[in-house]
Formats: sequence, C-alpha cells, structure tokens
Amino acid sequence: MTKLSTKHLLGIKDLTADDIQLILNTAESFKEVINRPIKKVPSLRDITIANLFFENSTRTKLSFELAEKRLSADVVNFASASSSVKKGETLIDTVNNILAMKVDMVVMRHPNPGAAVFLSKHIDAKIVNAGDGAHEHPTQALLDAFSIKEKLGSIKGKKIVIVGDVLHSRVALSNIFCLQKLGAEVMVCGPTTLMPKYISSLGVKVEHNLRKALEWCDVANMLRIQLERQDIKFFPSLREYTMLYGLNKSMLDSLSKKIVIMHPGPINRGVEITSDVADSDQSIILDQVENGVAVRMAVLFLLAGRA
Amino acid sequence: MMKPRIILDSKQFEVTVTRLCYQLIEVHNDFSNSVIVGLQPRGIFLAKRIQKKLSELLKNKDIKCGSLDTTFYRDDFRKKELIPTATEINFIVEDKNVILVDDVLFTGRTIRAGLDAMLAFGRPNDVELLVLIDRRLSRHLPIQAKYVGKTIDSIASEKVKVEWKETDGADRVTLLSND
Repeated sequence: MTKLSTKHLLGIKDLTADDIQLILNTAESFKEVINRPIKKVPSLRDITIANLFFENSTRTKLSFELAEKRLSADVVNFASASSSVKKGETLIDTVNNILAMKVDMVVMRHPNPGAAVFLSKHIDAKIVNAGDGAHEHPTQALLDAFSIKEKLGSIKGKKIVIVGDVLHSRVALSNIFCLQKLGAEVMVCGPTTLMPKYISSLGVKVEHNLRKALEWCDVANMLRIQLERQDIKFFPSLREYTMLYGLNKSMLDSLSKKIVIMHPGPINRGVEITSDVADSDQSIILDQVENGVAVRMAVLFLLAGRA
Repeated sequence: MMKPRIILDSKQFEVTVTRLCYQLIEVHNDFSNSVIVGLQPRGIFLAKRIQKKLSELLKNKDIKCGSLDTTFYRDDFRKKELIPTATEINFIVEDKNVILVDDVLFTGRTIRAGLDAMLAFGRPNDVELLVLIDRRLSRHLPIQAKYVGKTIDSIASEKVKVEWKETDGADRVTLLSND
C-alpha cells in the first residue's frame, strides 16, 4: 500500500484504513524533516497550490501554507472577504478563473457542507477539503489521530471522548470516522441540544455527564463552542455551559487516571477548558499544531504523487 | 524466467567489505573528521557493516554513521511508488568529510537525490561515494563512485539483488537476468 485510493481529500469518510495509515506513516517522515535545521524539501517544486478560504481561519490556513512552502510548492492565497465573490461570482466561476492560471491543487475552506465534493465534480484539479461547513475537516482528524498515536503509541482499542458542540462541529464528524476506522472507541458528550439527532447511528456512545465521560476515556477532545454558527440559543448561558461541560484543573486531577487533553483550537479559555488545563502537561494542544504541518505535508505529497 | 548468477558469495562478500574498509582508512586515517551516511533503504546495511568493521580495525568505538532517506528529493516520485523511511543523522555534516554509502550504483539518480538531501544537514568539506556494486553501463547522470566493491557489466533489464545476513539470512549478491 503505497498510494492513496483517492484523487482528492474530500472527507475521512472516503478514505480506507490503509489510506489513513499511509498518511500517518508519511507524516512521521515529514515531522523529522520539519525539525531539521533546513526544514524544506524540493518534492513539489513543480506544483502550484491555491488556498481558497471562503471562511475565516488562522491555524489551518497558516498550517497549510507552511506545509506547502516546506514542500517547495508555489502558493497563491485567496480570501473571500477581499475578492469578487462579494460581487456575486459563483464558486465554480471563481475557481475556474483561478485554475485558468494553471493551478494544480486547490485547498478550500467553505461555509457550505459539500462544497469540496461539488467542486471536485466540476473542475480538473486535486481538491483538499480544509473544512466545509459543519460537515468534515479531514486534515484536523488526521492530525488528531497522529497526535494520539504519538502520545499513546497506538489508536486501536483506545477510548476517545469528544466533548461539547458536536452539532456544529466538522472536527467531531471527521474525528469519529477517522478514529473508528483506526479501531478506537468513540464517545460524544455534551448537552442534548448540541447533539445531532442521529449521532448514535454512527456507532458512537452518547453521554451527557462530563465526569462519567472523562472517567471512561483515555483521551478527551474538547471542542470549541461555535457561537458564530449558533443562530438560536442552544443553552441558557455560557456560564451554565461552563459549569456543566467546562473542564477545570480540579476535575482533571480528581479523575482516577491521567487522561490526554486535546483541543482543535481556537480555545475559548475559561469556557470549554480553563487556562491551567490547556497549559498543563496532560494537554497536547501545541503538539497538535506542530503535527498539523507534518500531516498536511504528507497529504499534499501523497496527492501530488497520484497521477 | 529469471536465472540467478552469483556475483559475490558470503566469503567474497566479507573480503570485499574488509578491503573497502582498508581503502577508507588509507584516506581517512582515524576518522576523527569523517562520517558515514548510508542511503535508505538498502544502503544502511552496508553503512552499518562498514562502521562495525572500521571500529574493529581502528579500535575506535566512536565512528559516526547516519541514515538518509531520499524520497522527498527524488525527481521520479510521481512515476514510482515510493515509501519514505527514516532519516537519522545525529551529527552535523558541516565541514566533515562525508562518505555516502549505497549498495548498488545504477542510474545515479538516488545518489543525486542523496547529495541534495544531505545539504539539509550542513555543508560538508568533502563528499565521497562508496558502493558495493557498480553497474557501470547504466548511468543516467555523471556520477562515479570512489570506492567500489565490484564493477559489473549488466543491461537494464537485468536485476542485481543484494542480500544481507541481518534480513535475508546470508550475505550474497546475485544477478538475475531474463533469458
């Protein structure tokens, strides 16, 4: 198994377990590369990549851009706020115009679920989904899996709980697919209003008590409350959410074992986790960010290698 | 049907490696400013073997040996299926005399990639190439080895197979041809 089974990275759902393993193994080599004195390899020097961000992003955008530059690709950036999208241009027209300038790969974040799949059917370039609405965020799930594997040695048989705003989270869905394909047990935990109606049909456990969930798990992935996507009130107040589902140091220390804490960022400090938890030695939040670059390099390298 | 022809048996293999070590000592003396870098995946076996033999001959336990993966520097990664392996160089090659080691020198493309990959670890004073088998008629690039175990004339459709005690049970080099 040395090639991906897919031409695009649209979602974890389309990947096989072998694909995921191949990406994680390749990312290990790239992690070694980005820790060298010279952090750059010439693999993609003949490739041009367009980063199309129709939605705000700091981490993912920087991470992709660094990954592309460390592979020596040429990079063009596009942010919808300062573009002709505002004048009413359609997605296909925007992208086709960019492709007319001879771009080989497109990394796209878009607020609409399925935007990446839609694009892959209409244009002739490799697409990497960097988040489409509340649907999938495949590279985040891959870097989360890589970070868990790095910390715990393996993923098979591990218990991972995803806490918080599962309803609005693309990270949750991609993580569930990815971890299950790698043989982990997944639980989701949060208020009923933030649980998608048919979530248990994905084969995940559902828990509404944070302490019980934390006692069960090896790893807790604390999601951000996505206030910008909540058009109605899903809970009475942020303060009440924090009381019931926020993780603080005294709860973490009172657990019977040491669990690993993850967060996809950006953190609302004091809401889903307190600062002392985020900065504790059980947290691998900054490792996740470092691994993000290595994992994205692996994804771009492997997709470029596919004819 | 591939018919195997033995180029080096385990006895000759041992003699060849020992001779290469003495040639290295002639140039590099006590290895105080020299390092060995084996090219992944198959060159590292030879590099490790040479490191061990040199330690015995020089009674010096501190001969530096690293392994270098060239996958990300290759010009043909889109035409072939390549799996990256580990790079492990725990020293800086800046101002060192580097001996690049590979098992078979064929087209020269791996060595070209290896030279590029090595530059990420500093600017060496001097780089030499050591190979066990030199297939001298198949070069695509102007690259020659300074130390050669055995030179053979083979055509592109033939295959050279190098086996190692550590992974294949015995030290042996065979030529497989298609007739």
